[in-house]
Amino acid sequence: MTPRWKYWLIGGLVIVVIAAAIYFPILRRRVKRAARLQQQSEEQARRELTQPIAINPGDPRVKAKLFWASDAIDSTLAPVTVELPLSNDPVLRSKQVLNTLLAGPVDAESRTLPPDALLLAFYIMPDGTAIADFSEALATSIPSGIVSEQMAVNSITRTLEANVPQVQRLKILIHGQEVETLAGHLDLTGTFVVNTGPAQAPVQPATTPSVTDKPATPAADKPAAPVSGTLTPDKAPGKLAQPERKP
Amino acid sequence: MVRLLFVAFQAAVMVSPSQVPSQTQQAAPSTPAPGTPSAGSPQGVAGSAASPFGAQVQQGALNIVVVDPAHGGTDPGARGTGGMRESEIVLDFAIQVRRALELQGFQVVQTRQGNDNPSFDDRSATANAQRGAVFVTLHISSTGLPGTARVYVNSDLPPVANSNGMIPWDRAQAPFLGLSKTFGDLVQGFLTQRFKGSPDAAQTASVRQLRTTAAPAIAVEISSVTVEDRADLDRMAPGVADAIARGAAAFKPSYVVPRTPGALP
Repeated sequence: MTPRWKYWLIGGLVIVVIAAAIYFPILRRRVKRAARLQQQSEEQARRELTQPIAINPGDPRVKAKLFWASDAIDSTLAPVTVELPLSNDPVLRSKQVLNTLLAGPVDAESRTLPPDALLLAFYIMPDGTAIADFSEALATSIPSGIVSEQMAVNSITRTLEANVPQVQRLKILIHGQEVETLAGHLDLTGTFVVNTGPAQAPVQPATTPSVTDKPATPAADKPAAPVSGTLTPDKAPGKLAQPERKP
Repeated sequence: MVRLLFVAFQAAVMVSPSQVPSQTQQAAPSTPAPGTPSAGSPQGVAGSAASPFGAQVQQGALNIVVVDPAHGGTDPGARGTGGMRESEIVLDFAIQVRRALELQGFQVVQTRQGNDNPSFDDRSATANAQRGAVFVTLHISSTGLPGTARVYVNSDLPPVANSNGMIPWDRAQAPFLGLSKTFGDLVQGFLTQRFKGSPDAAQTASVRQLRTTAAPAIAVEISSVTVEDRADLDRMAPGVADAIARGAAAFKPSYVVPRTPGALP
Protein backbone atom coordinates (compact mmCIF):
# COMPACT_ATOMS: atom_id res chain seq x y z
CA MET A 1 0.00 0.00 0.00
CA THR A 2 2.94 2.26 0.45
CA PRO A 3 3.40 3.10 -3.26
CA ARG A 4 -0.28 4.03 -3.57
CA TRP A 5 0.02 6.34 -0.60
CA LYS A 6 2.97 7.96 -2.32
CA TYR A 7 1.01 8.47 -5.53
CA TRP A 8 -1.80 10.17 -3.60
CA LEU A 9 0.69 12.39 -1.82
CA ILE A 10 2.50 13.36 -4.99
CA GLY A 11 -0.77 13.93 -6.79
CA GLY A 12 -2.00 16.13 -3.95
CA LEU A 13 1.21 18.14 -3.96
CA VAL A 14 1.03 18.64 -7.71
CA ILE A 15 -2.53 19.92 -7.39
CA VAL A 16 -1.44 22.29 -4.59
CA VAL A 17 1.47 23.59 -6.69
CA ILE A 18 -0.77 24.15 -9.71
CA ALA A 19 -3.39 25.87 -7.57
CA ALA A 20 -0.69 28.08 -5.99
CA ALA A 21 0.76 28.91 -9.39
CA ILE A 22 -2.66 30.07 -10.51
CA TYR A 23 -3.58 31.83 -7.27
CA PHE A 24 -0.34 33.64 -6.44
CA PRO A 25 -0.43 36.05 -9.38
CA ILE A 26 -4.06 36.83 -8.54
CA LEU A 27 -3.09 37.40 -4.91
CA ARG A 28 -0.21 39.62 -5.94
CA ARG A 29 -2.48 41.71 -8.10
CA ARG A 30 -4.93 42.06 -5.22
CA VAL A 31 -2.19 43.14 -2.80
CA LYS A 32 -0.93 45.68 -5.29
CA ARG A 33 -4.41 47.03 -5.84
CA ALA A 34 -5.01 47.27 -2.10
CA ALA A 35 -1.73 49.13 -1.62
CA ARG A 36 -2.62 51.52 -4.40
CA LEU A 37 -6.05 52.12 -2.91
CA GLN A 38 -4.53 52.80 0.50
CA GLN A 39 -2.06 55.24 -1.00
CA GLN A 40 -4.83 56.97 -2.86
CA SER A 41 -6.96 57.27 0.23
CA GLU A 42 -4.06 58.71 2.21
CA GLU A 43 -3.44 61.23 -0.52
CA GLN A 44 -7.16 61.88 -0.71
CA ALA A 45 -7.32 62.44 3.05
CA ARG A 46 -4.34 64.78 2.91
CA ARG A 47 -5.89 66.73 0.10
CA GLU A 48 -9.21 66.92 1.88
CA LEU A 49 -7.57 68.16 5.05
CA THR A 50 -5.46 70.69 3.27
CA GLN A 51 -7.89 71.34 0.50
CA PRO A 52 -6.99 74.47 -1.37
CA ILE A 53 -9.85 76.88 -1.52
CA ALA A 54 -11.68 76.12 -4.68
CA ILE A 55 -11.87 78.95 -7.10
CA ASN A 56 -15.53 79.86 -7.38
CA PRO A 57 -16.28 80.75 -10.99
CA GLY A 58 -19.03 83.04 -9.69
CA ASP A 59 -16.47 85.29 -8.02
CA PRO A 60 -15.52 88.38 -9.94
CA ARG A 61 -12.39 87.91 -12.02
CA VAL A 62 -9.77 90.36 -10.93
CA LYS A 63 -6.18 90.96 -11.90
CA ALA A 64 -4.26 89.59 -8.93
CA LYS A 65 -0.66 90.61 -8.42
CA LEU A 66 1.56 87.75 -7.30
CA PHE A 67 5.18 88.22 -6.30
CA TRP A 68 7.63 85.63 -7.51
CA ALA A 69 11.37 85.85 -8.04
CA SER A 70 12.28 88.03 -10.97
CA ASP A 71 15.60 86.30 -11.28
CA ALA A 72 16.78 83.34 -9.23
CA ILE A 73 20.31 84.73 -9.15
CA ASP A 74 19.44 88.34 -8.49
CA SER A 75 17.17 87.47 -5.54
CA THR A 76 14.61 90.17 -6.21
CA LEU A 77 10.84 89.92 -6.50
CA ALA A 78 8.69 91.03 -9.39
CA PRO A 79 4.90 91.23 -9.61
CA VAL A 80 3.16 88.95 -12.07
CA THR A 81 -0.44 89.79 -12.95
CA VAL A 82 -2.73 86.78 -13.02
CA GLU A 83 -6.44 87.01 -13.70
CA LEU A 84 -8.23 85.02 -11.01
CA PRO A 85 -11.78 84.78 -9.72
CA LEU A 86 -11.24 86.05 -6.17
CA SER A 87 -13.70 86.13 -3.32
CA ASN A 88 -14.59 89.42 -1.66
CA ASP A 89 -14.18 87.78 1.73
CA PRO A 90 -10.66 88.72 2.91
CA VAL A 91 -9.93 85.32 4.47
CA LEU A 92 -11.03 83.35 1.39
CA ARG A 93 -9.29 85.84 -0.86
CA SER A 94 -6.05 85.50 1.13
CA LYS A 95 -6.24 81.72 0.89
CA GLN A 96 -6.86 81.90 -2.84
CA VAL A 97 -3.92 84.19 -3.57
CA LEU A 98 -1.56 82.32 -1.23
CA ASN A 99 -2.50 78.97 -2.74
CA THR A 100 -1.86 80.40 -6.19
CA LEU A 101 1.48 81.71 -4.93
CA LEU A 102 2.34 78.28 -3.49
CA ALA A 103 1.33 76.57 -6.73
CA GLY A 104 4.14 78.56 -8.29
CA PRO A 105 4.77 80.39 -11.51
CA VAL A 106 5.02 78.85 -14.95
CA ASP A 107 8.78 79.12 -14.72
CA ALA A 108 9.82 76.94 -11.77
CA GLU A 109 13.03 78.95 -11.45
CA SER A 110 11.00 81.92 -10.26
CA ARG A 111 9.43 79.97 -7.41
CA THR A 112 9.88 81.51 -3.98
CA LEU A 113 8.23 78.81 -1.85
CA PRO A 114 8.91 75.06 -1.77
CA PRO A 115 6.60 73.12 -4.09
CA ASP A 116 5.51 70.76 -1.31
CA ALA A 117 4.56 73.51 1.15
CA LEU A 118 0.87 73.89 1.96
CA LEU A 119 -1.23 76.58 3.54
CA LEU A 120 -2.99 74.80 6.39
CA ALA A 121 -5.02 77.65 7.84
CA PHE A 122 -5.51 81.38 7.54
CA TYR A 123 -7.23 83.75 9.95
CA ILE A 124 -7.66 87.48 10.17
CA MET A 125 -8.09 88.99 13.61
CA PRO A 126 -10.20 92.09 14.23
CA ASP A 127 -7.15 94.36 14.44
CA GLY A 128 -6.01 93.39 10.96
CA THR A 129 -3.38 90.87 12.05
CA ALA A 130 -3.49 87.79 9.89
CA ILE A 131 -2.21 84.38 10.92
CA ALA A 132 -0.99 82.09 8.17
CA ASP A 133 -0.27 78.51 9.18
CA PHE A 134 1.93 76.63 6.74
CA SER A 135 2.94 72.98 6.65
CA GLU A 136 6.40 71.97 7.86
CA ALA A 137 7.66 71.75 4.29
CA LEU A 138 7.83 75.55 4.19
CA ALA A 139 10.59 75.40 6.80
CA THR A 140 12.26 72.13 5.89
CA SER A 141 12.33 72.38 2.08
CA ILE A 142 13.31 76.02 1.70
CA PRO A 143 16.96 76.68 0.82
CA SER A 144 18.65 77.81 4.03
CA GLY A 145 19.98 81.37 4.06
CA ILE A 146 19.01 84.94 4.89
CA VAL A 147 18.45 85.89 1.26
CA SER A 148 16.26 82.89 0.35
CA GLU A 149 14.23 82.98 3.56
CA GLN A 150 13.65 86.70 3.27
CA MET A 151 12.55 86.30 -0.34
CA ALA A 152 10.02 83.63 0.69
CA VAL A 153 8.49 85.79 3.41
CA ASN A 154 8.54 88.89 1.23
CA SER A 155 6.73 87.09 -1.57
CA ILE A 156 3.97 86.17 0.90
CA THR A 157 3.65 89.61 2.50
CA ARG A 158 3.84 91.55 -0.75
CA THR A 159 1.28 89.29 -2.42
CA LEU A 160 -1.10 89.86 0.51
CA GLU A 161 -0.35 93.58 0.45
CA ALA A 162 -1.25 93.79 -3.22
CA ASN A 163 -4.46 91.79 -3.02
CA VAL A 164 -5.93 91.89 0.48
CA PRO A 165 -5.96 95.44 1.91
CA GLN A 166 -7.59 94.24 5.14
CA VAL A 167 -4.41 92.42 6.21
CA GLN A 168 -2.16 94.82 8.07
CA ARG A 169 0.29 92.45 9.74
CA LEU A 170 1.14 88.83 9.22
CA LYS A 171 2.15 86.21 11.71
CA ILE A 172 3.56 83.02 10.21
CA LEU A 173 3.12 79.70 12.00
CA ILE A 174 4.61 76.37 10.99
CA HIS A 175 2.26 73.43 11.50
CA GLY A 176 0.28 75.38 14.06
CA GLN A 177 3.31 76.32 16.13
CA GLU A 178 5.20 79.54 16.64
CA VAL A 179 8.79 78.93 15.57
CA GLU A 180 11.90 80.96 16.19
CA THR A 181 13.13 81.05 12.60
CA LEU A 182 12.00 79.92 9.18
CA ALA A 183 15.08 77.83 8.39
CA GLY A 184 17.73 79.04 10.82
CA HIS A 185 17.90 82.71 9.87
CA LEU A 186 14.72 84.70 9.42
CA ASP A 187 12.95 85.65 12.63
CA LEU A 188 9.35 84.40 12.76
CA THR A 189 8.65 85.31 16.38
CA GLY A 190 7.21 88.71 15.48
CA THR A 191 4.77 89.90 12.87
CA PHE A 192 5.52 91.28 9.43
CA VAL A 193 4.01 94.53 8.26
CA VAL A 194 1.76 94.01 5.24
CA ASN A 195 -0.38 97.13 4.75
CA THR A 196 0.57 100.28 6.60
CA GLY A 197 -2.25 102.50 5.40
CA PRO A 198 -5.78 102.50 6.75
CA ALA A 199 -7.56 99.32 5.90
CA GLN A 200 -10.53 99.46 3.61
CA ALA A 201 -13.93 98.81 5.03
CA PRO A 202 -14.29 95.09 5.46
CA VAL A 203 -16.43 93.44 2.87
CA GLN A 204 -17.62 90.82 5.30
CA PRO A 205 -18.12 92.48 8.67
CA ALA A 206 -18.58 89.10 10.31
CA THR A 207 -15.00 88.14 9.43
CA THR A 208 -13.25 91.42 10.09
CA PRO A 209 -15.54 93.37 12.33
CA SER A 210 -13.27 96.14 13.53
CA VAL A 211 -10.36 96.71 11.26
CA THR A 212 -8.70 99.97 12.14
CA ASP A 213 -5.50 101.68 11.18
CA LYS A 214 -4.36 101.92 14.77
CA PRO A 215 -1.07 100.20 15.56
CA ALA A 216 -1.49 96.97 17.38
CA THR A 217 -1.10 96.93 21.10
CA PRO A 218 -0.85 93.60 22.86
CA ALA A 219 -3.54 94.55 25.39
CA ALA A 220 -5.99 95.45 22.67
CA ASP A 221 -5.24 92.44 20.60
CA LYS A 222 -7.54 89.98 22.21
CA PRO A 223 -8.20 87.47 19.50
CA ALA A 224 -11.75 87.15 18.38
CA ALA A 225 -13.61 84.04 19.35
CA PRO A 226 -13.04 82.09 16.13
CA VAL A 227 -9.27 82.27 16.49
CA SER A 228 -8.83 82.51 20.22
CA GLY A 229 -7.72 78.92 20.35
CA THR A 230 -4.94 79.57 17.90
CA LEU A 231 -2.91 82.05 19.87
CA THR A 232 -2.25 82.35 23.52
CA PRO A 233 -2.55 85.92 24.79
CA ASP A 234 1.16 86.32 25.50
CA LYS A 235 1.96 85.23 21.99
CA ALA A 236 -0.43 87.69 20.48
CA PRO A 237 0.99 89.51 17.50
CA GLY A 238 2.03 93.00 18.35
CA LYS A 239 4.45 91.88 21.04
CA LEU A 240 7.24 92.06 18.55
CA ALA A 241 5.41 93.96 15.91
CA GLN A 242 7.85 95.75 13.71
CA PRO A 243 5.78 98.71 12.59
CA GLU A 244 8.17 100.16 10.08
CA ARG A 245 9.43 96.93 8.62
CA LYS A 246 8.52 96.78 5.01
CA PRO A 247 9.42 93.77 2.97
CA MET B 1 11.64 82.99 30.21
CA VAL B 2 14.59 84.46 28.43
CA ARG B 3 12.57 87.06 26.59
CA LEU B 4 11.38 88.53 29.82
CA LEU B 5 14.85 88.88 31.17
CA PHE B 6 16.44 92.27 31.15
CA VAL B 7 20.03 93.05 30.47
CA ALA B 8 21.75 95.80 32.35
CA PHE B 9 24.95 97.08 30.88
CA GLN B 10 26.63 97.61 34.21
CA ALA B 11 26.00 93.96 34.94
CA ALA B 12 27.65 93.09 31.67
CA VAL B 13 30.89 94.54 32.95
CA MET B 14 30.84 92.00 35.71
CA VAL B 15 30.23 89.02 33.47
CA SER B 16 33.47 88.61 31.70
CA PRO B 17 36.15 90.71 33.33
CA SER B 18 39.03 89.21 31.44
CA GLN B 19 37.59 90.31 28.12
CA VAL B 20 36.10 93.60 29.13
CA PRO B 21 38.04 96.79 28.66
CA SER B 22 36.95 99.12 31.40
CA GLN B 23 36.86 102.29 29.43
CA THR B 24 34.26 104.83 28.68
CA GLN B 25 34.33 107.54 26.14
CA GLN B 26 32.60 110.78 25.49
CA ALA B 27 30.88 111.53 22.28
CA ALA B 28 33.12 111.83 19.28
CA PRO B 29 31.36 114.57 17.37
CA SER B 30 32.73 113.88 13.94
CA THR B 31 32.22 110.70 11.97
CA PRO B 32 34.98 109.99 9.51
CA ALA B 33 34.28 109.14 5.96
CA PRO B 34 34.01 105.46 5.10
CA GLY B 35 37.34 103.92 4.57
CA THR B 36 39.16 106.19 6.96
CA PRO B 37 41.21 104.07 9.29
CA SER B 38 40.97 104.77 12.98
CA ALA B 39 44.22 106.65 13.08
CA GLY B 40 43.81 109.41 15.62
CA SER B 41 42.58 108.65 19.08
CA PRO B 42 38.91 109.36 19.61
CA GLN B 43 38.12 112.74 21.01
CA GLY B 44 37.15 113.37 24.56
CA VAL B 45 38.35 110.08 25.92
CA ALA B 46 37.73 109.74 29.60
CA GLY B 47 39.29 106.54 30.77
CA SER B 48 37.37 105.20 33.71
CA ALA B 49 38.77 103.68 36.83
CA ALA B 50 39.92 100.10 36.74
CA SER B 51 37.21 97.47 36.79
CA PRO B 52 36.44 95.69 40.03
CA PHE B 53 38.57 92.85 38.75
CA GLY B 54 41.49 95.03 37.88
CA ALA B 55 41.27 94.52 34.15
CA GLN B 56 43.68 96.69 32.30
CA VAL B 57 42.44 100.12 31.44
CA GLN B 58 42.40 100.86 27.76
CA GLN B 59 41.36 103.94 25.94
CA GLY B 60 39.09 104.12 22.94
CA ALA B 61 35.63 102.74 22.54
CA LEU B 62 35.57 99.82 20.19
CA ASN B 63 38.19 97.23 21.01
CA ILE B 64 36.38 93.95 20.77
CA VAL B 65 34.80 92.24 17.80
CA VAL B 66 32.60 89.24 18.54
CA VAL B 67 32.75 86.89 15.56
CA ASP B 68 29.93 84.38 15.25
CA PRO B 69 30.39 81.44 12.89
CA ALA B 70 26.72 80.55 12.42
CA HIS B 71 25.17 77.10 12.90
CA GLY B 72 27.33 74.15 14.03
CA GLY B 73 26.78 70.89 15.87
CA THR B 74 23.62 69.18 14.67
CA ASP B 75 22.75 72.23 12.56
CA PRO B 76 24.87 72.19 9.39
CA GLY B 77 23.19 75.28 7.94
CA ALA B 78 23.10 75.42 4.15
CA ARG B 79 24.25 72.25 2.42
CA GLY B 80 25.84 72.33 -0.95
CA THR B 81 27.41 70.19 -3.57
CA GLY B 82 29.84 67.51 -2.44
CA GLY B 83 28.63 67.59 1.15
CA MET B 84 29.65 71.20 1.71
CA ARG B 85 28.33 72.49 5.02
CA GLU B 86 27.84 76.12 5.90
CA SER B 87 28.72 75.44 9.54
CA GLU B 88 32.21 74.17 8.59
CA ILE B 89 32.97 76.84 6.03
CA VAL B 90 32.06 79.75 8.32
CA LEU B 91 34.30 78.31 11.05
CA ASP B 92 37.23 78.40 8.61
CA PHE B 93 36.24 81.91 7.54
CA ALA B 94 36.17 82.98 11.20
CA ILE B 95 39.85 82.05 11.59
CA GLN B 96 40.79 84.41 8.79
CA VAL B 97 38.44 87.12 10.02
CA ARG B 98 40.01 86.85 13.48
CA ARG B 99 43.51 87.18 12.04
CA ALA B 100 42.59 90.25 9.98
CA LEU B 101 40.88 91.92 12.95
CA GLU B 102 43.81 91.23 15.25
CA LEU B 103 46.11 92.85 12.70
CA GLN B 104 43.91 95.95 13.00
CA GLY B 105 44.41 95.86 16.76
CA PHE B 106 41.08 94.37 17.80
CA GLN B 107 40.51 91.75 20.41
CA VAL B 108 38.38 88.96 18.95
CA VAL B 109 35.91 86.80 20.82
CA GLN B 110 34.36 83.87 18.95
CA THR B 111 30.96 82.50 19.87
CA ARG B 112 32.11 78.99 19.01
CA GLN B 113 35.52 77.47 18.44
CA GLY B 114 34.52 74.02 17.29
CA ASN B 115 31.62 72.05 15.93
CA ASP B 116 29.11 72.97 18.60
CA ASN B 117 25.88 74.92 18.31
CA PRO B 118 25.27 77.56 20.97
CA SER B 119 21.72 78.90 21.00
CA PHE B 120 20.90 82.27 19.47
CA ASP B 121 20.64 83.70 22.98
CA ASP B 122 23.97 82.21 24.06
CA ARG B 123 25.68 83.77 21.06
CA SER B 124 24.05 87.12 21.79
CA ALA B 125 25.03 86.78 25.44
CA THR B 126 28.67 86.46 24.40
CA ALA B 127 28.41 89.87 22.74
CA ASN B 128 26.18 91.42 25.40
CA ALA B 129 28.74 90.57 28.08
CA GLN B 130 31.28 92.89 26.42
CA ARG B 131 31.40 96.65 26.52
CA GLY B 132 32.40 98.52 23.46
CA ALA B 133 32.14 95.52 21.15
CA VAL B 134 30.61 94.94 17.76
CA PHE B 135 29.08 91.68 16.57
CA VAL B 136 29.53 89.98 13.20
CA THR B 137 27.69 86.77 12.34
CA LEU B 138 29.03 84.86 9.33
CA HIS B 139 26.82 82.95 6.90
CA ILE B 140 27.01 81.20 3.54
CA SER B 141 23.77 81.24 1.56
CA SER B 142 22.12 78.58 -0.58
CA THR B 143 21.20 81.07 -3.29
CA GLY B 144 22.33 84.32 -4.83
CA LEU B 145 25.00 85.20 -7.33
CA PRO B 146 28.10 83.12 -6.49
CA GLY B 147 31.08 85.24 -5.55
CA THR B 148 29.06 88.05 -3.97
CA ALA B 149 28.61 89.03 -0.33
CA ARG B 150 25.78 90.87 1.40
CA VAL B 151 25.64 92.61 4.76
CA TYR B 152 22.38 92.62 6.70
CA VAL B 153 21.30 94.68 9.64
CA ASN B 154 18.19 93.95 11.65
CA SER B 155 14.86 95.36 10.47
CA ASP B 156 13.33 98.10 12.55
CA LEU B 157 12.23 97.08 16.02
CA PRO B 158 9.82 98.88 18.33
CA PRO B 159 11.71 101.60 20.17
CA VAL B 160 12.90 100.90 23.67
CA ALA B 161 12.21 103.44 26.37
CA ASN B 162 15.25 104.14 28.46
CA SER B 163 14.30 102.60 31.76
CA ASN B 164 17.34 102.98 33.97
CA GLY B 165 19.61 101.72 31.28
CA MET B 166 17.84 98.42 30.99
CA ILE B 167 16.57 97.11 27.71
CA PRO B 168 14.38 94.10 26.98
CA TRP B 169 16.45 91.13 25.91
CA ASP B 170 14.17 90.27 23.02
CA ARG B 171 14.69 93.71 21.47
CA ALA B 172 18.25 94.32 22.61
CA GLN B 173 19.24 95.40 19.11
CA ALA B 174 16.70 98.25 18.97
CA PRO B 175 18.90 101.04 20.40
CA PHE B 176 21.82 99.99 18.19
CA LEU B 177 20.05 99.90 14.81
CA GLY B 178 21.53 103.20 13.62
CA LEU B 179 25.05 102.18 14.61
CA SER B 180 24.56 98.76 13.03
CA LYS B 181 23.54 100.41 9.77
CA THR B 182 26.64 102.63 9.80
CA PHE B 183 28.87 99.64 10.52
CA GLY B 184 27.06 97.50 7.94
CA ASP B 185 27.37 100.11 5.20
CA LEU B 186 31.11 100.42 5.85
CA VAL B 187 31.69 96.66 5.66
CA GLN B 188 29.42 96.35 2.62
CA GLY B 189 31.38 99.11 0.89
CA PHE B 190 34.65 97.24 1.33
CA LEU B 191 33.04 93.94 0.27
CA THR B 192 31.59 95.48 -2.89
CA GLN B 193 34.99 96.90 -3.84
CA ARG B 194 36.31 93.37 -3.70
CA PHE B 195 33.33 91.31 -4.88
CA LYS B 196 31.64 92.82 -7.89
CA GLY B 197 27.90 92.33 -8.11
CA SER B 198 27.43 92.76 -4.36
CA PRO B 199 24.98 95.45 -3.20
CA ASP B 200 26.19 98.98 -2.53
CA ALA B 201 24.73 99.29 0.95
CA ALA B 202 23.75 97.05 3.83
CA GLN B 203 20.26 95.60 3.59
CA THR B 204 17.69 95.06 6.28
CA ALA B 205 16.23 91.70 7.24
CA SER B 206 14.74 90.33 10.42
CA VAL B 207 17.69 88.11 11.24
CA ARG B 208 16.97 86.29 14.50
CA GLN B 209 20.58 86.34 15.67
CA LEU B 210 20.83 90.12 15.49
CA ARG B 211 17.62 90.90 17.40
CA THR B 212 18.92 89.95 20.85
CA THR B 213 22.37 91.44 20.41
CA ALA B 214 22.99 94.62 22.43
CA ALA B 215 25.78 95.97 20.24
CA PRO B 216 26.25 97.22 16.70
CA ALA B 217 25.59 93.96 14.90
CA ILE B 218 25.69 92.79 11.30
CA ALA B 219 25.25 89.54 9.42
CA VAL B 220 27.59 88.86 6.51
CA GLU B 221 26.25 86.31 4.02
CA ILE B 222 28.38 84.98 1.20
CA SER B 223 26.98 83.31 -1.92
CA SER B 224 26.86 80.40 -2.03
CA VAL B 225 27.17 76.70 -1.22
CA THR B 226 26.04 75.95 -4.77
CA VAL B 227 29.55 76.54 -6.14
CA GLU B 228 30.96 73.39 -7.66
CA ASP B 229 34.25 73.58 -5.83
CA ARG B 230 34.69 74.68 -2.23
CA ALA B 231 37.94 76.33 -3.24
CA ASP B 232 35.81 79.03 -4.93
CA LEU B 233 34.45 79.98 -1.52
CA ASP B 234 37.78 79.58 0.27
CA ARG B 235 39.31 82.07 -2.15
CA MET B 236 36.79 84.65 -0.92
CA ALA B 237 37.80 84.28 2.74
CA PRO B 238 40.76 86.71 2.75
CA GLY B 239 38.71 89.39 0.99
CA VAL B 240 35.79 88.94 3.37
CA ALA B 241 38.11 89.01 6.40
CA ASP B 242 39.85 92.14 5.13
CA ALA B 243 36.53 93.93 4.45
CA ILE B 244 35.24 93.16 7.95
CA ALA B 245 38.49 94.28 9.58
CA ARG B 246 38.68 97.49 7.57
CA GLY B 247 35.00 98.14 8.19
CA ALA B 248 35.45 97.70 11.94
CA ALA B 249 38.49 100.00 11.91
CA ALA B 250 36.59 102.66 9.96
CA PHE B 251 33.61 102.31 12.28
CA LYS B 252 35.64 102.53 15.47
CA PRO B 253 35.74 106.34 15.80
CA SER B 254 32.00 106.65 15.31
CA TYR B 255 31.07 104.12 17.98
CA VAL B 256 30.52 105.96 21.20
CA VAL B 257 30.16 103.95 24.36
CA PRO B 258 28.06 105.90 26.85
CA ARG B 259 30.00 107.37 29.73
CA THR B 260 27.49 106.12 32.25
CA PRO B 261 27.34 102.36 32.46
CA GLY B 262 23.86 101.25 31.60
CA ALA B 263 23.01 104.26 29.45
CA LEU B 264 21.89 103.52 25.96
CA PRO B 265 23.88 104.79 23.00
